[in-house]
Amino acid sequence: MEQRGSPAEQVGTEQRTRRWTRWVPWTVAVVATGAVVATTPTGESHAGSTVQDVLGGEQLRIMAPAAPGGGWDQTSREMQGALRELVGRTEVYNVAGAGGTIGLSQFVRFDGDPTQLLTTGLIMVGAVKANGSGHSLADTTPLVRLTTDYQAIVVPADSPLRDTADLVAAMREDLPSVSIAGGSAGGVEQILAGMLAKAVGGDPAQVSYVAHSGGGEALTTLLSGRATIGISGVSEIEPQIEAGTVRALAVSSPERLPAVPDVPTLREGGLDVELQNWRGVAAPKGISAEEERALEGLLLDMTRTREWRDALERRGWGDATLAGPEFEDFVRSEQERVSRVLDEIGLG
Amino acid sequence: MDQFGLLLDGFASALTPGHLLWALVGVTIGTAVGVLPGIGPALTVALLLPITFRLDPASALILFAGIYYGGMYGGSTTSILLNTPGESASMISALEGNKMARAGRAAAALATAAIGSFVAGTIGTVALTFVAPVLSDFATSFGPPEYVALMALAFVTVSALLGPSLLKGAASLLVGITIGLVGIDSQTGQPRLVFGIDSLLDGIDVVIVVVALFALSEAFGHLLTGTGHSTVQPLRERAILSRKDFRRSWPSWLRGTALGFPIGSLPAGGAEVPTFLSYSVEKKLSKQPEEFGKGAIEGVAGPEAANNAAAAGVLVPLLTIGLPTSATAAVILTAFQSYGLQPGPQLFSESGPLVWTLIASLYVGNVMLLVLNLPLVRMWAKLLTIPSYGIYAGVLVFATLGAYAAGGTTVDLLILCALGVLGLLMREAGIPVAPAIVGLILGPLAEQQLRRALTLSEGDPSILLSGPITVVLWSVVVLALLTPAAGAWFRNRRRADAPSPVR
Repeated sequence: MEQRGSPAEQVGTEQRTRRWTRWVPWTVAVVATGAVVATTPTGESHAGSTVQDVLGGEQLRIMAPAAPGGGWDQTSREMQGALRELVGRTEVYNVAGAGGTIGLSQFVRFDGDPTQLLTTGLIMVGAVKANGSGHSLADTTPLVRLTTDYQAIVVPADSPLRDTADLVAAMREDLPSVSIAGGSAGGVEQILAGMLAKAVGGDPAQVSYVAHSGGGEALTTLLSGRATIGISGVSEIEPQIEAGTVRALAVSSPERLPAVPDVPTLREGGLDVELQNWRGVAAPKGISAEEERALEGLLLDMTRTREWRDALERRGWGDATLAGPEFEDFVRSEQERVSRVLDEIGLG
Repeated sequence: MDQFGLLLDGFASALTPGHLLWALVGVTIGTAVGVLPGIGPALTVALLLPITFRLDPASALILFAGIYYGGMYGGSTTSILLNTPGESASMISALEGNKMARAGRAAAALATAAIGSFVAGTIGTVALTFVAPVLSDFATSFGPPEYVALMALAFVTVSALLGPSLLKGAASLLVGITIGLVGIDSQTGQPRLVFGIDSLLDGIDVVIVVVALFALSEAFGHLLTGTGHSTVQPLRERAILSRKDFRRSWPSWLRGTALGFPIGSLPAGGAEVPTFLSYSVEKKLSKQPEEFGKGAIEGVAGPEAANNAAAAGVLVPLLTIGLPTSATAAVILTAFQSYGLQPGPQLFSESGPLVWTLIASLYVGNVMLLVLNLPLVRMWAKLLTIPSYGIYAGVLVFATLGAYAAGGTTVDLLILCALGVLGLLMREAGIPVAPAIVGLILGPLAEQQLRRALTLSEGDPSILLSGPITVVLWSVVVLALLTPAAGAWFRNRRRADAPSPVR
């Protein structure tokens, strides 16, 4: 390729290069085809059951409507692990964005397909309302509720606020001056912020809520000392509480949590507020009653596997298994409650 | 030097054949996913996570660290050769790198990128070893007002990227900011510029915009003008990196590292902002500023180093306070937690040996990447001897594959094509595309932080100047604005004084 050499030599090199390069597209094509064929999943089926009939030998596909690393992604991948011994291989894929509403809008197209599952939860209920999404959980068949994660109200270590009473006093005195850092707009943290404002007798629309794309980002604003309080999932913030970088004032659970036994509940602090960030699974609308029963049975079996119990322990998630009509009633009541709170905040 | 002994222990366990093999597997996979636009290290690690539960923690973390660093190396290769950045942080490398490649200096560009990445990665890892706790205090003191000041600084300095015509550059910047506004507004949850299309709710992925504006517009441009048989000039030089190139590169590597590591360690700093800053700095300091835009080696060396130093910086908040500041870091945090390790202040005291093994394996991975990449430089550069119809067919395949992999919908492909046509129009009108990407990345960041700051202060703008860091940053902004003006004024005065005979 150097510039030296006679013109004749150069022509020779060029031709040789030509001949060599002519094969490149072919080779690439063959290798690419080979790679696609080699990685195509082969439908291995384990033990025959009614679920097997429902799936018809097809692989179960679980949509995690969020980016890798988030709560729905973790839930989906733990399910994938726990389902392995029940139905063999399952596929988890991510459709990130907009509090799960982008995933939901794609999921509703799988009408009547029992091999498709969607991981969902309170955040999606809130996002559907806040974003004015055209689809809601009513366009799916809710199957089971799986886990719950309560919220913790935290302050920087050097904050003058010592307990819920201090917080209530500060919020009563000047609500907008108590800035609250939390996750995405319309998400579970903002819902709780609105509920807190209402409980102290303030107007939820007056809350200075600073939205962040995730708990980690919200924590940075809190640690910089700019925000008065932060709201975060207990499992997410627990290590920071333990390390003493933040102090927890209260948790949003009905009773004290085993993970942080020293932190009182909001009820103990005199506020009638309770909120759980639940996560569950839904199937597409239009599946038959038998298919619905079989899938519910499968997921209930999954919650009894050792893998799943280990996952709950490891992640610090609360067990919140609830299936059938009770779960559907629960989803409906959550939709009403959340949309009422978001209307009051002004996000509806 | 307690840390030094611990680090040596870390090396002892990282240098076992088994761990070395995992590091090799990691950097290879990482380089591959870095090359493909759209498939990033985050997705790869998430996919591998369930498989690695069977591995012991040390092997798995070494694998992930290899993927992470490898991804940063790989992104620059396609950027330089094909003008198709694999990651948004390697966009700047395409500006000068691709010009160099077209002038037959592909090998030099790739080599300076690889060595720069190595230098920056190594210095970054050393800094991670020794100054992480100090730096994390600094990083957590950054709140929304500080970020507003940092973004203002970035906006002021990117004028270097705007190209020869200020008007066209600014137009491009605004195109980028507009694209950045698409999607749900983070503070109110209201959709903006979405036009009822669900897929636009989450905004347009930066990678898709980068690929469309750079690669697709170029491929479309060839469709309009080229015969399709033209090839890029073959390699001109014998040496991969000449002595002169090296002399011009090394200060840029160091400056890039100095910018990349601290900004990367800021929780909302990211890897892109330091590459913009580095490019501006290199252009200002260069002895041959006229070469910029035509293939200046400093313009590759600096940003590439900044990009990799930032990658090491991201690990600072992750390891010291358990704060994941990028998607990849979030997935690595998940991996930590699944092994029962809790990143944060106690990480070093509770699971010290493992952390030091991880840090040692970052050094090992870096060396491995250099050894893997340098000999391949000539082979990669030979790719350019393929006729352009072959190259651009390949670019189109990878671009569409990457865009589809990122979102998984056909709408993404339509957006990709639409933006590609936009890029073509901009190219035909002589409007540079790089400022659009700068606006796309900086615009939403600046807007978000400004609104957060104002929410915190209940609308009082004085919060923007509260705290020592903001004051320092705004002073630098003012200086950056005044220096060129003052310089011009002094030159004018001197010219005015010149005719009067002083001697």
